[in-house]
Amino acid sequence: MLTCKNASQLMSQSLDRRLGIFEKAGLRFHLLICHSCQIAYRQLDFMHQLCKRIAAGSEDITSLQPGLSAEAQERILKELRRKQGEQSASGD
Amino acid sequence: MNREQHSKSKGLTSPDEWVSQHGDYLFRFAMVKLRDEHLAEDAVQETLLAALQGQKNFSGDSSEKTWLVGILKHKIVDLIRKKVREPTLVNVDEPMEFSQDEVTESMFDDTGHWVTPCQDWGNPDKVLEQKRFWEILTECLKRLPPQLAMLYSLREISGMETEDICKELNISSTNSWVMLHRARLGLKQCFELNWLGEVKVGAR
Repeated sequence: MLTCKNASQLMSQSLDRRLGIFEKAGLRFHLLICHSCQIAYRQLDFMHQLCKRIAAGSEDITSLQPGLSAEAQERILKELRRKQGEQSASGD
Repeated sequence: MNREQHSKSKGLTSPDEWVSQHGDYLFRFAMVKLRDEHLAEDAVQETLLAALQGQKNFSGDSSEKTWLVGILKHKIVDLIRKKVREPTLVNVDEPMEFSQDEVTESMFDDTGHWVTPCQDWGNPDKVLEQKRFWEILTECLKRLPPQLAMLYSLREISGMETEDICKELNISSTNSWVMLHRARLGLKQCFELNWLGEVKVGAR
């Protein structure tokens, strides 16, 4: 019989690799009888899914961040111009 | 035909305009993945410098923005790799070992059962709650040991496969699973402390 701790390890791993049949069966059986682990599984899956959406560059989340600061813009522009200068000097 | 005209013909604006037109977007995109202002600024700078060097390779099949984001994605992964390899964070010659396991241990009793029963988070699917999720995730990641936070970011936020992460960081798969498990449980606990109350109030 799996403990909740073992079950939580399998839940986490199921997000990173394909579980073996016995692992899967063990986890499923544990989830049938353990309410707390059912919730934990949903929580882990929820965090995983939401991260996935963020990773996909969800506009909703992305647009909440502040933009590039004026100093950073200035610095990047300067670097770009320096590099452009180098490129035209070397005739690249 | 000089380079500028050549680029223009394929729909590229001048590099100067990249900063004003796409700088904010690229920066935000990088912030979501890196959660560090300086790193995100570096990512944007390196992206635009690489774009400048490679502008003759711009095929014109995609938009300028898509092209820049494509470069940015690579730069972000490079930066995360570099950060993970920083000697203060990880000694790459030795496999990462994690002896401090207090968070995980404290969540289970001696028989391996949850000390506190897990509480349902409901189904916080609305945009507003996503925003809150992101804020809390960022906060909670700061409270994890840095290696765990980095590994979690690589896996979940950058979406790298575990296999690639292991190769890159020179750790075994087993080790990565153990660490990801700890990171996830640590975040779950942090979420329960910081979020549950809010969600419950909002949902009813």
